[in-house]
Amino acid sequence: MTDLHTNKPADTVTDEDTVWVQEIAFIDSVPRWIAMTFVFVVFIGTWQLVTSLGLVSPIILPTPMETLKDMIFVGTNLLSGGYMLGALWITIKEVIYGFALAIAIGFSLGVLVGETAFGEKAVMPYLVAIDTMPKVAFAPLFVAWLGFGIESKVALAAFIATFPIVVGTAAGLHAADENARMLFKTMGASRMQTLIKMKLPTGLPQIFTGLKIGAVGVMAGAITGEFLGGGKGFGELIRVAASQLNTPRVFSLILYLSLVGLALYLIVQWTQRKVVFWHKERVGAGDY
Amino acid sequence: MNAAIAQEYSGAPTGAPVYELTRVSKTYARNSVVALEDVSLTLRHGSFTSVIGSSGCGKSTLLKIMAGLIPPSKGRVILQSEPVTGPRRDIGMMFQQATLFPWKTAVENIVLPIEIRDGKAAAKNALEKAHELLDIVGLKGFENVYPNELSGGMAQRASICRMLITEPAVLLLDEPFSALDELSRDMMNMELQRICIEQDATAFLVTHSIQEAVILSDDIVVMKPRPGRIAEIVKVDLPRPRTLDMMTTPKFGEIVDHIRGMLDKGEEM
Ligand SMILES: Nc1ncnc2c1ncn2[C@@H]1O[C@H](COP(=O)(O)OP(=O)(O)OP(=O)(O)O)[C@@H](O)[C@H]1O
Ligand SMILES: [Mg+2]
Repeated sequence: MTDLHTNKPADTVTDEDTVWVQEIAFIDSVPRWIAMTFVFVVFIGTWQLVTSLGLVSPIILPTPMETLKDMIFVGTNLLSGGYMLGALWITIKEVIYGFALAIAIGFSLGVLVGETAFGEKAVMPYLVAIDTMPKVAFAPLFVAWLGFGIESKVALAAFIATFPIVVGTAAGLHAADENARMLFKTMGASRMQTLIKMKLPTGLPQIFTGLKIGAVGVMAGAITGEFLGGGKGFGELIRVAASQLNTPRVFSLILYLSLVGLALYLIVQWTQRKVVFWHKERVGAGDY
Repeated sequence: MNAAIAQEYSGAPTGAPVYELTRVSKTYARNSVVALEDVSLTLRHGSFTSVIGSSGCGKSTLLKIMAGLIPPSKGRVILQSEPVTGPRRDIGMMFQQATLFPWKTAVENIVLPIEIRDGKAAAKNALEKAHELLDIVGLKGFENVYPNELSGGMAQRASICRMLITEPAVLLLDEPFSALDELSRDMMNMELQRICIEQDATAFLVTHSIQEAVILSDDIVVMKPRPGRIAEIVKVDLPRPRTLDMMTTPKFGEIVDHIRGMLDKGEEM
């Protein structure tokens, strides 16, 4: 094949022979919002089709219209300060307290494990062991210890969110390379200085990754806590609606709840962009 | 001190002894690798010494011992008449990577050694000097730029400034420019020479490049591996200041050939 080309006199080589056109995949030329809208429309279309053809019982899957109507109802209730807003506020409080607690405990344990030989040798194995347990199974214990109020939900939410923060912090503290460590040693830096001025800033991207995973977990923890431990939060509304087979209500409640989760995630991400300004995140998963 | 061995190598002809290494040996306990055996060296004030040898012959180990980063298993290291027992202010070090911290601007990176040793206020006072140093290495106007926006060569220049800000008496350099392309590398080497002369510094350079060693050094320590020992100390009596076109002179070629011969032999030992 190459012979064919090289044996040709130079002047007979046409453009068609020499130009290698870079093919551009169709999807690369489509703006993201169009692609996302496309998926959304297909999803809603399929949903409408499945329900209007009567393939699924309306108790199991309401129509998109019913769901939308209920979302407007719930939205109105929330905006007018109805009982749902009170429930949502309780859940938001659980999430905030849980997350704050998880950050405080997770970060401290992460430093202990990531910075000290004792922590790494003696504490880490226990953390790994607890982390592999199904943590929601502890929910009844938290209820027994802390009662049916928000404390037991805060505890479960914090419990679930702590581990990714520990792991993120510990990994972050190990992220500094040999050269940076040696450099700090040559500058005569104390252990504290090395930790604060070098290891922690170097590890911030990993720490924020842990925080983001924790932010997702804290939401799951609070709602699971409400499912299993009662109370007056949003999870309780979902549970009641589900027990009444009010599926449109369940759907719209979940949707509003996910907005809270998304908001928390975006707050963490925004903070990350401000704090870790030098670290360019890869565009893709997790990058809205 | 064993006088005979201390005499074995007496560095550049001028200047008082700055560094004195006496029968330094290093065995890494972890894997019982004998990285260095009986290394004795004297560096004189204002001299430029290079170490060359095959990979794994203990060059970085030697540098780390001299810097007080790791203790020798045997022997002693004396710098400016005081034994080295840990990192010291009169030592400046540079590594293969620039290792600038991305959350600090160029000047902030440069005053970091001051910030660590003397606190934030002292670092602030040193900013003016950091600007001067940046000017010297040709980075004027890049003071407030973050390292992400610097090229590899520019980052290494900035890390030279960081090394110089504490006015160290000796510069320990572990393949500082080996990550750069050849053109920038030659330029940086000439700059390094100029800085050493200007600052009246004593320099000790680890390198893999024979040309680099010859063009920069007064003395070249050729090491042989397993265990790491000094094979020979080659004196380079090319006139100073050195220029890049000296690389084409017969004398330069002779010295390069001689060292290359030694290194090839070293591989068989
Ligand atoms: N921290 C360490 N622990 C155990 N062994 C080590 C350690 N550092 C170096 N060594 C060993 O000591 C020997 C010398 O290593 P050193 O890094 O000093 O070599 P080098 O001459 O700098 O090599 P290179 O040219 O590749 O940088 C090697 O055999 C290496 O495996
Ligand atoms: Mg080395």
